[in-house]
Amino acid sequence: MKYEDIIHRCFRCGFCKLTDDYEEFNCPPHKKYRLESFSPGGRMWLIRARLKGDVQISERYQQILYSCTLCANCVTHCIFPFKEDLVNIFTAARESLVEEGTLPPAVRDYLKSIQTYGNPYKEPSAKRGDWANGLSVPAYDGQEYLLYIGCVGSYDERARKIARSVALLLKTLNISFGILGAEEICDGNEVRALGETWLFESLAQRNIEYFKTRNIKKIITLDPHAYNAFAREYKNLGADLEVYHYTQILAEKTAALADRLKTDPLEVTYHDPCYLGRHNNLYDEPRKILAALPGVKFAEMVANRGNALCCGGGGGNFFSDILGGGKESPARIRVAQAKETGAGIISIACPQCAKMLEDAVKAEDLEDKLAVKDIAELVLSRLETK
Amino acid sequence: MPPAARWKRHTEIINKFCHAKTDKGAFVNIYESLCAITGRDYVSQEKEDTYIYSRDSGAEPPRPVDYVVMPGTVEEVQRILLFANEEAIPVTPLGGGFTLSALVVPQKGGIVLDMKRMDKIIEVNELSRYALIEAGVSQASLRAYLKKHHPRLQHSTPEAPPAVTVVGNALIQGHGHITPRYGLTSDMVNGMEVVLPTGEVCRLGSSAVTDSWYTRGPIPDLPGLFIGWFGTTGVVTKLSLKLYPRPQYREVIVFSSDDIDAIPEVIFELTQLDLLEDFFLITQEKPDWMNHIFYVVILSAHFEEELAMKIRIYSDVAKKIGNGKTIKVVENLHPALYKRFLDVPPQAAVAADFRKGGGFQYSAAILSFDKVPACWRKGIEIAHNHGMVASYVHQVLTCHSIMFGFNYSFNRADDKDIAAARQAIDESNRFILETEGMIWKGSSEAQKLIMKKMDPATAMLIEKIKKAMDPRGIMNPGNWEVPR
Repeated sequence: MKYEDIIHRCFRCGFCKLTDDYEEFNCPPHKKYRLESFSPGGRMWLIRARLKGDVQISERYQQILYSCTLCANCVTHCIFPFKEDLVNIFTAARESLVEEGTLPPAVRDYLKSIQTYGNPYKEPSAKRGDWANGLSVPAYDGQEYLLYIGCVGSYDERARKIARSVALLLKTLNISFGILGAEEICDGNEVRALGETWLFESLAQRNIEYFKTRNIKKIITLDPHAYNAFAREYKNLGADLEVYHYTQILAEKTAALADRLKTDPLEVTYHDPCYLGRHNNLYDEPRKILAALPGVKFAEMVANRGNALCCGGGGGNFFSDILGGGKESPARIRVAQAKETGAGIISIACPQCAKMLEDAVKAEDLEDKLAVKDIAELVLSRLETK
Repeated sequence: MPPAARWKRHTEIINKFCHAKTDKGAFVNIYESLCAITGRDYVSQEKEDTYIYSRDSGAEPPRPVDYVVMPGTVEEVQRILLFANEEAIPVTPLGGGFTLSALVVPQKGGIVLDMKRMDKIIEVNELSRYALIEAGVSQASLRAYLKKHHPRLQHSTPEAPPAVTVVGNALIQGHGHITPRYGLTSDMVNGMEVVLPTGEVCRLGSSAVTDSWYTRGPIPDLPGLFIGWFGTTGVVTKLSLKLYPRPQYREVIVFSSDDIDAIPEVIFELTQLDLLEDFFLITQEKPDWMNHIFYVVILSAHFEEELAMKIRIYSDVAKKIGNGKTIKVVENLHPALYKRFLDVPPQAAVAADFRKGGGFQYSAAILSFDKVPACWRKGIEIAHNHGMVASYVHQVLTCHSIMFGFNYSFNRADDKDIAAARQAIDESNRFILETEGMIWKGSSEAQKLIMKKMDPATAMLIEKIKKAMDPRGIMNPGNWEVPR
């Protein structure tokens, strides 16, 4: 296994479970299960135990590995020099399960769907662009940017609404962009997160080749997961792309809409998606957009930026649900944290977070107090119609 | 674990503890019985979970665990103990699990009672300066809670990682960042709620008589029946801990010296001033500039003028000890060291990666000051004998004794290195006792050495107390046992 030479260096001291000020336990599976085996240190020691033959692959071992959301809280808060590799180590351990063909059924089914259908929803590729029906969004044809939507934005009902909002906003801002529709290929971020490196590389190469063929140099992504794949992982595979999350584009342009925006008061908080924040250090841009909205009072959650609690959907859990729901699930804790701010809206910048938190709002019976809105939806809703 | 293997293991336990039969003679399903108490989510007999609880971060060898249970209430603790007592199943209560000497890794299998779900801060009485907390409250959460809600108060925070528990630190007679001024954490205990192995729930301290938890006496000092006993007498579920004023200003002043024999005198003189908050001695053979004796004094104050005065007084003291030739003030302290000294808690755990091996254990001695030079030299000798670079962090405990750490980093991936660390620990423990020192939170092997040296009448008293409180010997068995 990769990283075998450093894995024994984990002291299991537990800084990785916490936030900066040590106020909260912030590792989603540990927060839910509380057993030490579900903490990052516990996982490190178990991976090593498996390498040594002290434990075997079992349902529990799979659960412990795959309930990790790869949220990188451990990377942010570990005090040791190897901290940057923690998520890579967990991913490598998953890779070894893939190599041995011993996967939890939900993970196996996800990977099979990607292989067979090109998406986890078992939908035909032809429907990939349906989210844009009626919007007059142009197909990519040499515009400045490609707007890349990804599987969730293309097929999930809730996420499609976010995709539409982003596209409409980009149009309103006169950004030159086009979409690939049915020709779009899965970015593979979750495939990699679930340990299927071969399939990820194959998807990445297909995308890289396709982008080259179409002379696509600049990409705006809807989904932070796709942003992560393109901006970080594809670079390692030789891609030469300028990648932006849509909040980076909006952050520069929203102020230009000032005289068209409503000014009635609205209190809003913001949830940092892990693949935007901890993985890619994009904390300011979404806040800059919110700050540019007249009438919007921004209420920061106590756990924010590098301390934000993951929604529980990362690391493939959005699809596999191995971490699972229940009262101790991170999404439910997160909406409770949002409620504490007194804001009526949790703004987000990730379609997966949107869905996870919206479900949690329902489970916590907070529907009349708290709405989940993507930042693009929020900006659109503040635009005065002429 | 496959059902057959699980059953085999069950049977082994049941045979080991011959009382584990119901009236009808059928075997008790221990796992299901525990699930019935806490709910299935908080009981595990999975090998992956028990593996983690069967070892700690030090160099002690692993020991098997059969079940991990995470109670959420005192009633659940009570029911678990009643059940375990009935079936004679060993129970090991666990807080942060970070003693490094495997005190809460069971010596005879059975149940690990992980208390971390009981993590409520029940009350902070600002006027009487105490916090009533459950057993699973971490150092970090109490510190953050006080910072947020009672910023004028603080509790004594150890050098251990922030996830360890406050109650665990108090029960092992641990120390914290204000120990030099106020004493050990165990001295800061006002009272407790405990569950006895036979199921009774008792309140100790003023809460036994009143509804308040503000003082430990003046009644018989029953908390002492649970402090330093390593969980062998019962399970502490709540604890009232003294809080202290939190000064607004802190500063560090560091002195250096190469005179090992002068250490007792320097400690005496620096503590004689009675003005410091924290005080520790450090050294490290590498890099060379760290290879001196450093006296690190943390000063705190409520007013800037007060802090300036204390700094001035301590700067002047160097000129007085040994006619100004024994210690000198370290000017231009490296920013990283400055931060390390003033951080509460400091990130002391990084010592585990000194050798890129992830392993660290120390043999801790509580010494009178006059014994420090001998131990200082011996610790270096032991480290060198085992091919290690010597490094020390010792904390002065009020103005009476010092916690002297014989520190050993090791490579967790190298069995020989682990064995060397164990050997170094054993040699250190033996030397501590030979030098009339006391071993703090000693491993099972260290406890054997202590019990062997202990006054037989005292050992008999310990045995009698244990027997009276835990007649079936279920509580963390193997600890504090009288040698036969």
